[in-house]
Amino acid sequence: MTENPTELKRTPLHALHLSLGAKMVPFAGYDMPVQYPLGVMREHLHTRAHAGLFDVSHMGQVVLRPRGDMAALEAGLEALMPVAVSGLGVGRQRYGLFTNATGGVLDDLMFANRGDHILMVVNAACKEADIAHLQTHLADVAQVLPTTDRALLALQGPQAEAALAHFAPAVCEMRFMDVITADSAFGSLWISRSGYTGEDGFEISVPEGQAEGFARALLEIESVAPIGLGARDSLRLEAGLCLYGHDMTPEITPVQAGLAWAIQKSRRKGGARAGGFPGAAQILAELDTGPARIRVGLRPDGRAPMREGTSLWDAPEQGTQIGAITSGGFGPSLEAPIAMGYVPPGLATPGRQLWGELRGKRLPVTVCELPFRPSTYKR
Amino acid sequence: MRYTEEHEWLRIEGDVVVVGITEHAAEQLGDVVFVELPEIEAQVGKGDEVCVIESVKAASDILAPVDGEIVEVNEALTDNPGLVNEDPQGDAWFFKMKLDDLSVLDEFMTEDEYKDFLG
Repeated sequence: MTENPTELKRTPLHALHLSLGAKMVPFAGYDMPVQYPLGVMREHLHTRAHAGLFDVSHMGQVVLRPRGDMAALEAGLEALMPVAVSGLGVGRQRYGLFTNATGGVLDDLMFANRGDHILMVVNAACKEADIAHLQTHLADVAQVLPTTDRALLALQGPQAEAALAHFAPAVCEMRFMDVITADSAFGSLWISRSGYTGEDGFEISVPEGQAEGFARALLEIESVAPIGLGARDSLRLEAGLCLYGHDMTPEITPVQAGLAWAIQKSRRKGGARAGGFPGAAQILAELDTGPARIRVGLRPDGRAPMREGTSLWDAPEQGTQIGAITSGGFGPSLEAPIAMGYVPPGLATPGRQLWGELRGKRLPVTVCELPFRPSTYKR
Repeated sequence: MRYTEEHEWLRIEGDVVVVGITEHAAEQLGDVVFVELPEIEAQVGKGDEVCVIESVKAASDILAPVDGEIVEVNEALTDNPGLVNEDPQGDAWFFKMKLDDLSVLDEFMTEDEYKDFLG
């Protein structure tokens, strides 16, 4: 991944970010807005109260077009993920994960059944590797077609539906994880009712030539404000969602990450299509007997945020290091520091007190349920 | 008023110097959510990390600009860290230091020099 500013890539909304006064930072090889003049705290709270518009065009949008029937493509994908692909209805989206031979996570993603093809949205930092992975393993059953001429926007928050309905009235009929194609004044929009903030909202793929006009039209609506990567991170942390490369890595299995819900019954022991994905032995064993460590929510007792890398201990002095924080910061909606980390299952009970070591001092933290803030998806 | 290259301001009040961070620094930090202040009567050396400031985005330090003794800290920041963003060059001072010799402050930038430094 290059972080050299001269080599940074730009999304179709780059000029818009600059004109809005964004502070730009290198992220996954792109020059991206970390915040706008509103600032991270107010951007976060605005999204929870109204609607926030995010540029997520750096993420990969990949069309998988079957060479034969969809069934062969679905089977091919099930050989790469511990997730049921077959059985996902047309116009529906699902959360998925690529695993490696030891059961670790190579990337997490969304995939949607769009009738005659599957649309996958993958993390920016992983997209090259993911596309290569798909091309290697699916060459016989599908064309792997990275979409390079579309921007991807996320519109999140309680007023997202009303805002988007100005351009695509059909979104009012969508439920969480539905996908549609809507013709609009800004071309053909590929819309899913999903996101990564814990809020009801949408992700909208728009032709790149129409992206800035569409974004500006959304921002004309009073409830909609542009939101940068800073608030995107605090929103997803409050929602208890994993950040790839931090809370989820090739060394961490989906079961350890608390993502067993993403592994449908059909892929588990005794299921119709049990196993048959990379790392199945490890993952199925962990589903049976429990993992050696598990992701938990943590609330520092004081005001000091505990960030990624903070070591976790079972005693205020001496004792044993039992884990570490993988994501942490301040939750603007909770008005308190929050974190997630990995600990042994015996210490993972909500209410359990642990200690995080901050600048040489052990400070108490309490294990808590995830998410920190209930999600408001429109089920 | 004097300014350091670390974006602190230094205001002389009798034989003590009041230390805070500049508007520029506060803006760069973003929303401040936590401040850890030094202990009163601590003897500190130039360059020592004496305060921790955490914004929504990241943690950073305030360094002691000179050798001296911490004689007062601004407890208001502990309860209301956001004051750093609201009034960085006024109410949101961090600590006061007593120096043996105030002339050491002459090495720091004047307001005009600091403006040039910011470019």
